[in-house]
Amino acid sequence: MIKRGVSRRVAVLMGAAFSALASLTPGRALAETIRRRLPWAADRSDRPLRRDERPGYIFFSPAEAAFVEAAAARMIPSDSTGPGAAEAEVPRFIDRQLAGPYGEGDRFYLQPPFPKGTATQGWQMGPPASVYRMSIAAIDRWSGATYGKPFAALDPASQDAALKTLEDGKADLGEGADSKAFFALLLQNVIEGYFADPIYGGNRDMSAWGMIGFPGARYDLTQWVSRYGEQYTLPPVGLTGRDAWKPRS
Amino acid sequence: MADPAVDVVLVGFGWTGAILAEALTAAGLNVLAFERGGWRTAPNDFAIPFDQDELRYMWRHHLFQNVAHSTLTFRNSPDQQALPMRRLGSFLPGAGVGGGGVHWNGQVWRFLPSDFKARSHNLERYGADVVNAYDMTVQDYPVSYEELEPYYDKFDYLCGVSGKAGNLGGQIQPGGNPFEGPRSRDYPNPPLNMPYGPSLFAKAAAGLGYHPFPHPAANMSRPYTNPLGVQLGQCTYCGFCEKFGCGNDSKSSPQTTILPVLMARPNFTLRTWCEVMKVELTRDHKHATGVSYVDENGVLGFQPASIVILSAFMLENVRQLLLAGIGTPYDPRTGTGTIGRNYSYQIVSSVNVFYDDKVTNPFIGAGALGMIIDDFNGDNFDHTGLGFIGGGYLGALNTGARPIETHPVPDKSPKWGAEFKRAIAENYVKTVPIVTHGAVMSHRNNYLDLDPTWRDTFGRPLMRMTFDFTDNEHKMSDYLTDKAAEIGRAMGGREVRSNKRSGHYDIAPYQTTHTTGGAIMGADPATSAINRYLQSWDVPNLFVAGANAFPQNAGYNPMGTVAALSYHCAEAIVNQYVKAPGPLVQA
Repeated sequence: MIKRGVSRRVAVLMGAAFSALASLTPGRALAETIRRRLPWAADRSDRPLRRDERPGYIFFSPAEAAFVEAAAARMIPSDSTGPGAAEAEVPRFIDRQLAGPYGEGDRFYLQPPFPKGTATQGWQMGPPASVYRMSIAAIDRWSGATYGKPFAALDPASQDAALKTLEDGKADLGEGADSKAFFALLLQNVIEGYFADPIYGGNRDMSAWGMIGFPGARYDLTQWVSRYGEQYTLPPVGLTGRDAWKPRS
Repeated sequence: MADPAVDVVLVGFGWTGAILAEALTAAGLNVLAFERGGWRTAPNDFAIPFDQDELRYMWRHHLFQNVAHSTLTFRNSPDQQALPMRRLGSFLPGAGVGGGGVHWNGQVWRFLPSDFKARSHNLERYGADVVNAYDMTVQDYPVSYEELEPYYDKFDYLCGVSGKAGNLGGQIQPGGNPFEGPRSRDYPNPPLNMPYGPSLFAKAAAGLGYHPFPHPAANMSRPYTNPLGVQLGQCTYCGFCEKFGCGNDSKSSPQTTILPVLMARPNFTLRTWCEVMKVELTRDHKHATGVSYVDENGVLGFQPASIVILSAFMLENVRQLLLAGIGTPYDPRTGTGTIGRNYSYQIVSSVNVFYDDKVTNPFIGAGALGMIIDDFNGDNFDHTGLGFIGGGYLGALNTGARPIETHPVPDKSPKWGAEFKRAIAENYVKTVPIVTHGAVMSHRNNYLDLDPTWRDTFGRPLMRMTFDFTDNEHKMSDYLTDKAAEIGRAMGGREVRSNKRSGHYDIAPYQTTHTTGGAIMGADPATSAINRYLQSWDVPNLFVAGANAFPQNAGYNPMGTVAALSYHCAEAIVNQYVKAPGPLVQA
């Protein structure tokens, strides 16, 4: 199986590289030589996993969950404008993301070491799950030293002030943690959870889409292209349809 | 152990690979293509409605290159330490059959005739001081617009581009782009239907004396059958093109325009999930014997071929040249060497118009749906005294406004909290985005080489990118942004927000996948890696097809020109090289 003088070690490395690829791409065919045919399978469609209905959190510890619930609720508060991060179940979305391939950094280059880069060199941290684990612990230590309580126990005004300090990179979180980078990651994940399809655990009942007027996975908008100035009236649709379409028992 | 020899081996099977394979197999050559990713079709891999998933495709990179195994390192200047790009951001190369052609927007442009003469044209009009400012290393293409026109036309008809010609054989056509080079015939399909936002932009731009026209789109305005007999369906304006596969076969891609015909041909073979390790050379480094590759079981193979064509994403093409030791690596200190030279990019900015009273529904979208002006692209305007050369198009594009990526808020709005949420809720359906899409010229210190430290999963050196914007780009981009804001103000909204591109180039935020150069075409082997037929000066049976060929970038999306150069290359291989193998241009 090993040809042309490739050492066993290199061949093993190569095999590992490809099996890593394979493990991250469920349902795909193996390497193929394709000649005189146009492969197509009648019974297969690459789709996201079904909504994870397990109760509670999979990744977050109780303390981590308390932090994420509190921080997300300040980033997108609950008020009369529309759903907050809490009602949209954004923390649940982030939990499921971190428990899955994204949390492991399946699409991140993770070769060490991790020297600190310039502001324009992008992500220079480990996988998202480990960044959350380390950063939340560091923030709660910093919050304790600064405010006398963990972040989740602060009043909303103090939470806003603490988040602003993190956002500006002015909180000293100690070795290895980067408050500015973590804040940016958390805000990005909160917005993802708020506006992603409900199949991923947030944007409950497509309520965030409904608030802004985004129609979701509507197949055909042709009829609306020339209706200048008219509010789109159909309710949003998700990747798995919408409740009103489900058969009633 | 070697596999049976073929006439041509292709490294990479996206748009470029599919175009070359189709043209070369049609001429009877025996062609084999390697693709590092898997086979992909709409019904199995991006079917309706699962193709309309912003999180999975845009933010979790489901169709893009996975940098976990191979990435590049980046720094702004040669005196910095380059670090790995640990996740994709600024640009989004594809992986898998169809490459970036699966997840592109379908924006099909031709460069201006003067873009092909960027050096001599600007020298003549503005003088040497302007052209050589900021350490720019601008060069002419070794081909002209007129020479490439038949191949541009071929790609327009392959893709069924929806648009309106502005120049038919020298006659300016109302409603089209009056600045474009002469076309031999009109687009194969009429323009897409225009939504409200772009129509407001067009009205305001025309009122200011500019020349708005519909963006040429490889999104079908009606059902279409291309010259190969492949059929595409009418676009439904669902708003999921860019970064997504089209489940409706309404966007041109290798899958929807070429593969049904190509895959049936007995003289074509595709090998998926095979990573090409290296172009193998004879001992004197003057002839390629084929390529070595690894399949997913870790088996190393050797594929002999009479002709090797690098047809991967341009960054990988350049890396393959460096890994094989073909040509001389570029050295910015001396300005000598050709491989890695003149790496370039584009500079983009935007303006948001906010209305109180107009519902614009920006989610009604297609990849290239919008109205554009070209008055400030290339040398379509007088640059005297402006302090820069080059330009870009600007316009209102409705590409879909998926809300994780697109939730514009007024300038004074905070970035999180109750006011942020209220601003999104109030403005989302009442905004029009105007984008600017500017050229980046080549510069002495912007280049590609192999990184001395970091490796890919196979132990090969990563490519190192050294790149920054210079004052030429910032001045140009600010000028375009100000013009966009001027039109935005004329559109009658409540507020116009300008999002200028300032500071150093940042590898993290998405900007554009239009990376170019590094193995550029030219007339002189001392300052170019490949000749006018994309043939290596150093290894004549090696061709390098892709945007790596651009001596500097232009203010347009590159695929039209990449396709035209690929057709031009294929014709030269069939009509000249096969009959008399050797250099097609004498150095």
